[in-house]
Amino acid sequence: MSDRLSRRKLMTTGLVAAAGATGLGIAARLADRYGLIPPDDGGIYGVGETITYATQRVLVGRHSMAREFTRSDVSKIAPVKGPPPEDETYHRLLAGGFADWRLKIDGLVARPTFLSLAELMRFPSENHVYHQACEEGWSFIAEWTGVPLSYVLNLVGVLPQAKYVVFYGFDTNFDAADKQTIRGKWNSIDMADAWHPQTLLAYGMNGQELPTPHGAPLRLRLPRQLGGKSTKYLALITLTDTVKDIGKGYGAGGTERGFSWYAGI
Amino acid sequence: MAETAYLPGLAIRDADSPDSPRHSAVVRITHWITALSFVGLLYSGIAILIAHPRLYWGDTGAVGTPSLIDLPIPFMIGHSGWGRYLHFLSAWVCVLAGLVYALYGLLSRHFGKNLLPAKGDLAWGRIWRMVWRDMQLKRPSEEEALTYNVLQRLAYLAVVFVLFPLIILSGLAMSPAIASVVPVLRSAFGGQQSARTIHFFVALALVLFLCVHIAMVWLAGFTDRVRAMITGYNAARRERS
Repeated sequence: MSDRLSRRKLMTTGLVAAAGATGLGIAARLADRYGLIPPDDGGIYGVGETITYATQRVLVGRHSMAREFTRSDVSKIAPVKGPPPEDETYHRLLAGGFADWRLKIDGLVARPTFLSLAELMRFPSENHVYHQACEEGWSFIAEWTGVPLSYVLNLVGVLPQAKYVVFYGFDTNFDAADKQTIRGKWNSIDMADAWHPQTLLAYGMNGQELPTPHGAPLRLRLPRQLGGKSTKYLALITLTDTVKDIGKGYGAGGTERGFSWYAGI
Repeated sequence: MAETAYLPGLAIRDADSPDSPRHSAVVRITHWITALSFVGLLYSGIAILIAHPRLYWGDTGAVGTPSLIDLPIPFMIGHSGWGRYLHFLSAWVCVLAGLVYALYGLLSRHFGKNLLPAKGDLAWGRIWRMVWRDMQLKRPSEEEALTYNVLQRLAYLAVVFVLFPLIILSGLAMSPAIASVVPVLRSAFGGQQSARTIHFFVALALVLFLCVHIAMVWLAGFTDRVRAMITGYNAARRERS
């Protein structure tokens, strides 16, 4: 092979590499701007996670609907993962039938709000029968009764810079002033899932009050993601533009323990 | 052994067309990327499976509901976190390599030339004789290593056009987000749990293929065949200026 040919080859390779690097840089910027980068984008696993999340966000769209089943499809067995919170306040509220329980909604909202269970139940309620799968492999179908999260978001007035809705249950230290010290099963979702018409704040299951192990008094139901994203025993909902300053910054307590933040797959 | 093997027939063939490799570069590169990603998929797939080693049919399934198969291993939770990260990372690598391979296979007519069996080779008698010969573990001649025989062609076609598409689609059918966009994908498999069960059995078929594949490579001369899949050439090439 002649020198000239190898030099030409070298230059072409260099140009392609430079164009590739620039392309990747532009792609990363665009992806960040359009909310296509998940909080757990670091490391080698973060590469696969980012491709999955970005692809699904581009292809899945905001209004694809999880299948609605009928009441006759409801499973006889609805397993739960993990015990109810040990928190003393939680057990006091549980003993009082959650009459003193309040859901706090704060962060990037026009009107930070406390809502009682009775108030939530006075809002327009919806019933949804959908499928829920655990990342472990089991699944069930149940009917859920509650108020669409979008209704509550409209009520409190979401500020335009909000990018995530963060959910804290009684199995977290949700009242900690410093959110970097947060522990437990807190979780967060992006605005596409938050505004989705099937995303529910559920207080009823299969025609009954929400059973304690299923997250009483109120839990999230997110039918387009695995069950672990549907935070139970809700106490606090915060709207934020970043989850980097919560816990270790991965967007969920579970993600700190090795489970991917986005669970649409 | 293989370093000293001198293959007269091959040398003549080689001299006829010194620069035409046994396997093209695209086939070689995508082969090894797929092989690597398959190891990742299998390892992480087992990590995910052992969290709930039971298989069901239909939309739902859980402990306490009737199962199709109870695998004789204990429930081992705690591995599906990294298992799922590795599984989907490997799946992307595998799918992207597969796309490159499929595009190349169509455009270069690799599928038509090298994988589609000749009509005459599809006679049952011929196929049965090949199966019988393989079962006796007879080493194929070196001339045979220059092309794929009909059994190889059928096996590779089944892997490329049946098993891989099936395992990708059954995997996607399990995804709640994908099922919300393409509900027919999940219902075509008979529900999320059916898709999981089919995913398992297709994986098993791929593992079976892998075992037979490695056994046949061994039989045909491991070093030479692996060298061909790395360098493109069956025997060590003589230096040419």
